[in-house]
Amino acid sequence: MGSVESYFGRLCGKEQEKEEERLFRANDRPFNLSYHYADNAIKTSKYNLFSFLPLNLFEQFRRLANAYFLFLMALQVIPQISSLSWFTTAVPLILVLSITAVKDASDDINRHKSDKQVNNRMVKVLIDGELRNEKWLNVQVGDIIKLENNQFVTADLLLLSSSEPLNLVYVETAELDGETNLKVKQALTVTGDMGDSIDALAGFNGEVRCEPPNNRLDKFKGTLTLDGQTYSLDNDKVLLRGCTLRNTEWCFGVVIFGGPDTKLMQNSGKTTFKRTSIDHLMNVLVLCIFGFLASMCTVLAIGNGIWEVREGSVFTAFLPREQGADAALSSFLSFWSYVIILNTVVPISLYVSVEIIRLGNSFFIDWDRKMYYPKNDTPAQARTTTLNEELGQIKYIFSDKTGTLTQNIMTFNRCSINGKAYGELFDFSGQRVEITEKTARVDFSWNQLADPKFTFHDHSLLETVREGNPEAQAFFRLLALCHTVMPEEKKEGELYYQAQSPDEGALVTAARNFGFVFRSRTPETITAMEMGRTVTYELLAVLDFNNVRKRMSVIVRNPEGKLTLYCKGADTIIFERLHPSCNKLKEATIGHLNEYAGDGLRTLALAYKPLDDSYMDKWRQRHHEASTAMEGREERLDELYEEIEKDLLLLGATAVEDKLQDGVPQTIEQLAKADIKIWVLTGDKQETAENIGYSCNMLREEMREIFVVAANTAEGVKEELQNARRKMCPEAAEEPSVKKARAGLFWLQKTETVQDEKVDGDYGLVINGHSLAFALEKNLQLELLRTACMCQTVICCRVTPLQKAQVVQLVKKYKQAVTLAIGDGANDVSMIKAAHIGVGISGQEGMQAVLSSDYSFAQFRYLQRLLLVHGRWSYLRMCKFLQYFFYKNFTFTFVHFWYAFFCGFSAQTVYDEWFITLYNMVYTALPVLGMSIFDQDVNDRWSFQYPQLYTPGQLNQYFSKKAFVLCMMHSCYSSLILFFIPWAAMHDTVRDDGKDLADYQSFALLAQTCLLIVMNIQLCLDTYYWTAVNHFFIWGSLAAYFAITLTMYSNGMFLIFTSSFPFIGTARNSLNQPNVWLTIFLTSLLCILPVVASRFVFIQLRPTINDKVRQKVRKEALPAPAPRRPPARRISTRRSGYAFSHAQGYGDLVTSRRFLLKLRSRPPLFTQTDSPLALNEPQLYRTIAEDPEESQSP
Amino acid sequence: VTSPRGAFISLFVNFLVELTALATTCRFRAAIMMASSYNAKDEDGHITVSGPGGGTLRSKKPENTAFKQQRLPAWQPILTAGTVLPAFFIIGLLFIPIGIGLFVTSNNIKEFEVDYTGIDMSSPCFNCSQNFSWNSTRPCTCTIPFYLDQPYESNVYVYYGLSNFYQNHRRYVKSRDDSQLNGDVNSLMSPSKECEPYAFHENKPIAPCGAIANSMFNDTLELFYNDPNGTRIPIPLNTTGIAWWTDKHVKFGNPGGNPNLTAAFQGTTKPLNWRRPVYELDADPGNNGFINEDFIVWMRTAALPTFRKLYRIINKKSSMVPTLPRGNYTLEVVYNYPVRSFEGRKRVILSTISWMGGKNPFLGIAYITVGSVCFFLGVVLLIVHHKCGNRNNSADISN
Repeated sequence: MGSVESYFGRLCGKEQEKEEERLFRANDRPFNLSYHYADNAIKTSKYNLFSFLPLNLFEQFRRLANAYFLFLMALQVIPQISSLSWFTTAVPLILVLSITAVKDASDDINRHKSDKQVNNRMVKVLIDGELRNEKWLNVQVGDIIKLENNQFVTADLLLLSSSEPLNLVYVETAELDGETNLKVKQALTVTGDMGDSIDALAGFNGEVRCEPPNNRLDKFKGTLTLDGQTYSLDNDKVLLRGCTLRNTEWCFGVVIFGGPDTKLMQNSGKTTFKRTSIDHLMNVLVLCIFGFLASMCTVLAIGNGIWEVREGSVFTAFLPREQGADAALSSFLSFWSYVIILNTVVPISLYVSVEIIRLGNSFFIDWDRKMYYPKNDTPAQARTTTLNEELGQIKYIFSDKTGTLTQNIMTFNRCSINGKAYGELFDFSGQRVEITEKTARVDFSWNQLADPKFTFHDHSLLETVREGNPEAQAFFRLLALCHTVMPEEKKEGELYYQAQSPDEGALVTAARNFGFVFRSRTPETITAMEMGRTVTYELLAVLDFNNVRKRMSVIVRNPEGKLTLYCKGADTIIFERLHPSCNKLKEATIGHLNEYAGDGLRTLALAYKPLDDSYMDKWRQRHHEASTAMEGREERLDELYEEIEKDLLLLGATAVEDKLQDGVPQTIEQLAKADIKIWVLTGDKQETAENIGYSCNMLREEMREIFVVAANTAEGVKEELQNARRKMCPEAAEEPSVKKARAGLFWLQKTETVQDEKVDGDYGLVINGHSLAFALEKNLQLELLRTACMCQTVICCRVTPLQKAQVVQLVKKYKQAVTLAIGDGANDVSMIKAAHIGVGISGQEGMQAVLSSDYSFAQFRYLQRLLLVHGRWSYLRMCKFLQYFFYKNFTFTFVHFWYAFFCGFSAQTVYDEWFITLYNMVYTALPVLGMSIFDQDVNDRWSFQYPQLYTPGQLNQYFSKKAFVLCMMHSCYSSLILFFIPWAAMHDTVRDDGKDLADYQSFALLAQTCLLIVMNIQLCLDTYYWTAVNHFFIWGSLAAYFAITLTMYSNGMFLIFTSSFPFIGTARNSLNQPNVWLTIFLTSLLCILPVVASRFVFIQLRPTINDKVRQKVRKEALPAPAPRRPPARRISTRRSGYAFSHAQGYGDLVTSRRFLLKLRSRPPLFTQTDSPLALNEPQLYRTIAEDPEESQSP
Repeated sequence: VTSPRGAFISLFVNFLVELTALATTCRFRAAIMMASSYNAKDEDGHITVSGPGGGTLRSKKPENTAFKQQRLPAWQPILTAGTVLPAFFIIGLLFIPIGIGLFVTSNNIKEFEVDYTGIDMSSPCFNCSQNFSWNSTRPCTCTIPFYLDQPYESNVYVYYGLSNFYQNHRRYVKSRDDSQLNGDVNSLMSPSKECEPYAFHENKPIAPCGAIANSMFNDTLELFYNDPNGTRIPIPLNTTGIAWWTDKHVKFGNPGGNPNLTAAFQGTTKPLNWRRPVYELDADPGNNGFINEDFIVWMRTAALPTFRKLYRIINKKSSMVPTLPRGNYTLEVVYNYPVRSFEGRKRVILSTISWMGGKNPFLGIAYITVGSVCFFLGVVLLIVHHKCGNRNNSADISN
């Protein structure tokens, strides 16, 4: 809607020049007003009370179909042409227009309300030297406003001062970019010094010069001139509308951009309008139909010309010509008359019905309890109601990892201490027991400081620790000391850890629960509660983590004065540095590590080393020198670390589970069975991604090979890709076979399709972001696509958001397949928008992905229900609908075509005009809607049982151009039957009392009754799923037909509206004739028999997967859902590396005095609001219903 | 799975309730999105939201109804050999006897047809057809002798048939004014525009207006039985009872309540091609004016360019004597109606009727054919089913 608004804005204010630079003065309204900057009111609504009717009608008639029907109506007004009364077109058109208008109006009312609600929020504004409460819409550029904690930022502000030290403020930008972590903004010192002094602020007269409004969220350029001094401004000093102030008591800011100029508004409304492939097909078909219509009309017009010359000219005694009309003119007029009569091939109700069906299916998605996630009260939501059937045609899924496949929660799962493994449960026979929600948890209630959310199931570990096992205690002591976690204890005993990576948090929390509670730290000390005893360690050094070292260590002195180095890190790294005495323990631990890795856990090895004081003193000295050295500081430090971290004594290993969301492996397996290819695109590191690939069963040990592409040059990438391809498919041609074709409207669109190539066996491909950048370049992208499509599984890691979109577009472009992107974070937005269908996980990482998505739900596993059940059904229903709808209208129309040969091509209708009016709107509307809203071939559980049922959708098998041609031929046959059987039966026939029966009205009644009955029987044949509603609709519409017909042909109607209902008595006089009914019976049977016979033969000879499953459903009871077997034990030789997803640690900060001081001086930063809903509460700038572009049909 | 029939009604009621609830749900959803403040979160995870209206909402968990969860009980028929094959055989077995019955019935109907257009030189009406003019005052009469080789026992219906006459042409069909024909006085004086160019003549409204009325069939047919001893006995032809009851009594009506039709039609003029005004069509006041049955029959336009219309009825006299005995007859035609210009044909048909109307063997033949085809198809499908069906159906679905 933003675009519309700006469109009108541009229309109205053309002379208004584009803003080149923004200049304003704080606290100087008159000055600022002279520039006519937009104030802070927003307007997302389109209409007001007066402009609604003209604007809305204008909008609606911009749609091709509506305009076409308007044109038809205009034709009907011309008496020479009018073959039908005006109401046959007017009634449906007015109905459609008014329904759309009502929908638009209600949408717009909602927008008005939401605008009003946002505009009327209150904020404190500094006016005339005092703070006043003002509505948001009254805020002007240059005003100084005061924000308080947890308030929404009113407009784009330049931060002046804040309550926090160093003029910092913390903002949450979830609505803007989807990231929930807090961001820090800092004011200039010169303005920050004003603090909250109203006088100083009121006297502030800085002049800001900055860039014009734009939509770049991450950039800002400008200058502040104050007292002759110029300060440069950047993004760090700007608070954007849409953010929320957190953990900051108050702050002051001056408004830079208001309302529509804010970056939030500039960013919204740019949603691209997505259309389904069925839509495209439908457009092409409708165009074909128009062509077909034109040729039919041409044939009939020529026929009319010939008739006029040969018959009409000599028939003038009885039927004089219109004044001045010769054969040519008459033929020309009859062309248009036939355009009117035959327009029913593309009835307006097609578009309306399609929309209704989609809406219905969207509601079913919204209503599905099996896609409702009770934990955070999130039902699935179909945010777009126009894409449903495409859900049944997905071929490629692009998935994000963090938050989508995984929960982004790390849990301490297993550990190996001194060669003994903990964390698994075994039953008496030694079988592994699967751990479920119900398994008894270890009770940590003895520990006051334990985290209640932590769960562990193996009691023996706790017993070991409490018994005082020194290795176990050392193990947890290490976990409690060796990390960079920040503790926060608001109340005594209520501990919060702020860890940089969730892995670390999980390990420290584990230690906390097992009795080694990390409580607080200062730059020099770490205080821990060890089994109820407070111990303060002196922290001598933190040897921080980095990518090369893949380990971190701390050196501490305990109260007894003993110096120890604690080290944790990647197993391979640690094992290289162990003391030879640990060899035996190492073997045992390696065994455990292999097991853990096999289960897809992230492992770490832990080791320690006692140090002696003298060595330590010297080392510290050298460390100090090295860290203050000007040259080669890094290298020197690394050397020092290397020196001290050796001859370590192994303690054991930890295994942290990157918790997958529930049911992810099963979902992936199901989707794979449905022949959907899943690509994981993640920003994570390669190791992590691979790890997840294994744990969710995408990568498997039994795969023939997993190729890793990680070259750093274009040549390298090319070579690796080619090698992989040659290995998989040695006989494949070097050059990809690209099939070029044309598609789309007018065949204007060129398509290139890379053919699928057959590969034996399963392969996997892992490619990292660096290589992907090369691979996505023009000359390599086809190579990438070929290789990737040969593999069962593709994982791209370290991928930027842009690359995600590029990968999606690559597949979209060259595979002509329907793609779906699923993600949860702001980094997935680009791919969600790029893919045919975007799905957002409405989870923890903010709302951005959901806001730009087409469907949203809370758990990845709902995807299988969305696709295999809802998608499949929607596709099936839509295809059945289209097939039936085209059939019903073609048949209806073709009868006119045949009749033309018997009525002198005069555009005489076969049916009563009222029947023509009501046929699509009343008699056949509901039954077909009933079918296409309720139909199911097999129910949801069978759909899950046989995911193969999904494949016909991917291959477009239910409705395609071929199906359309078949459908046309079928209706051609039916119309021939429907015309010529009554023709032959009625020819020269009379009633059983000798009176007329072959008159036009009786024939019309017979033809239309036959038609309607045949259409209903055909629908019965197409309906797989007969609910009460279907019965009601089908029998009801038949009954309604007879009731309405008898009423309209009754005496009363004729006497009241004499000229409108000339068919008086026809129904009574002809429907009581046995030969009329015999004809109806014969006609229906002849139309239906071939259909039944051919369907039966096809079921017998070449049953489709649907037929087979439906047969099976009939014969067998539904098999119980397969018991969830515990995942097969997998012993892997592959070892996960130090898989922390963080980069450089913040060891420096931990030991920095300044950081800690600051930390203490302000209110707690890491409070989590209890209600996740409160965080997710959107500010509602997005459209309530997406704006359809003008190309959309009604 | 068939559900008990009684459940259908309750389900449908449920469906309607849901539909109405739908609108409310939408409004609630908007309310939720609008709500800016959250009051409380219940402990069991159900979230209470206070909307702007102050109402309290449940959690967003969708309702568990069969409709919303798409679990409505349903009957799921499929095409199986068990249903399709018997259906074909039954249809076959049913249709053939019906067809035979229809065919026999149709064949038992006696029908005699004579074309009197007068195309051939030898035809008695050749002369009349040659020199035709609408305004000729002297009627041209021709006599056509014919021989009935079997007696017609029941009522005999006399039809006239026209060929190549486009009564179903769009401009022709609409060229009438139903209000006028129904006796509306306003329409009588100002006929509808649809009647053009036959709405007014010399500034007087034409009654009845329009091309259909104007082209009314106006040949007079008379039938004589030639007694073996040479006398010509005229056969009485009934002029009434030939139009639909609804047409005669509802659709058509004379203007005003005036029994004097001449007065009622005062101020109107006769259609151009007519020789007499509409109120002089018949001497019988119950069959005159717009409710003249010949007129009504003509006004019921035919569906096809070749048609027949009921002209007269020869009522059966007694059960002993055939209505029309075997023998020689003469048809006397007052030849008024020109069809030769457009290569039309005029026929006279004498026909008896049965319960299924006039003679039309088509239905019988069609039923027999369709029945046989059905039977044959049934056999073919049976073979197909036996040869391939079992193999395919028992085949498991590859996973």
